[in-house]
Amino acid sequence: MKHALFDALQAARAGKRPVALITELESGKQVLLDGDGVSGDLNLKESELALAKRALDGDRSGPLEETGLFVHVFNPPLRLMVVGAVHIAQFLVPMAALAGYEAVVIDPRQAWATGARFPDVSLVTEWPDDALRALKPDRRTAVAVLTHDPKLDDPALCAALASPVFYIGALGSRRTHAKRLARLREAGVGEADLARIHAPIGLAVGAKSPAEISISILAQMTQELHGAPPLIKAGAAK
Amino acid sequence: MTTKPDDVLEQAGRWRGQGRKVALATVVSTWGSSPRPVGSQLAVEESGKMAGSVSGGCIEGAVVMEAQQTMESGAVKLLEFGVTDEMAWEVGLACGGTVRVFVERLD
Repeated sequence: MKHALFDALQAARAGKRPVALITELESGKQVLLDGDGVSGDLNLKESELALAKRALDGDRSGPLEETGLFVHVFNPPLRLMVVGAVHIAQFLVPMAALAGYEAVVIDPRQAWATGARFPDVSLVTEWPDDALRALKPDRRTAVAVLTHDPKLDDPALCAALASPVFYIGALGSRRTHAKRLARLREAGVGEADLARIHAPIGLAVGAKSPAEISISILAQMTQELHGAPPLIKAGAAK
Repeated sequence: MTTKPDDVLEQAGRWRGQGRKVALATVVSTWGSSPRPVGSQLAVEESGKMAGSVSGGCIEGAVVMEAQQTMESGAVKLLEFGVTDEMAWEVGLACGGTVRVFVERLD
């Protein structure tokens, strides 16, 4: 890869712009697709450019059929917005970072959302619905609502439901969630939206500790992200 | 929180910045089961240091050797690994899949 092209790729990644690097595998010639701009020593046909753009939009790296070209999509990191600067969040945030998420913690209660409890974590102390709207969650974003407090959780869920996020999870027992659903219905939230909320949050792996609960939440996020059915152990399905 | 274990390209850039020769290996296609998806990358530095991965560890050794040639010659390579590979016993994929790996020098 040419020096200048590598620098352009890294600049785009640092600027969190979605870009695609297209390589002619035979020659090694390359072009970087960054918004409407292209740079590099590879000239693409219109049809190839259109296919590459489609791959970028669909977040799918791979060979372009019968062209000898490879499209490598570089998307900005996935995002996780955690509502509630609670004990579980202290485990969930670093684990999510390892899994490639850029996490932000939202909690207007400043006794919770402190730098001492969340070193090097991006903290937002506005009300959850305002905070979420300002952060513009998209379809590469997950939202985990963990406060247990309806006056914080409910506005957070409503704001999350108004966005195309790929995952919404809410902490709380089945009973807590039944009451939550009743409140949200009362507030006019439709059934299709309510069904988007994963609650009790996380896959059922018997999680007890904050770390284990974080694992179950991340596992469920991963499942939703890739649209995979729940794993069934070999031999267990009869 | 910025505890990413390795941003492969960042590491590659750091090596290049230190004046080392660097090559990049990228998984460009897979068939059957394969441990790392398309787009996975391995950066290799001239002494054989690695960042990232292109498999579960089965083919990295062979890729590093090819990468060291590429960082000298500048010639790109398209490698294919699978169980039918003639070196299967040495560097084949135990999972039974096939992967193609593109190797290029970082100028």
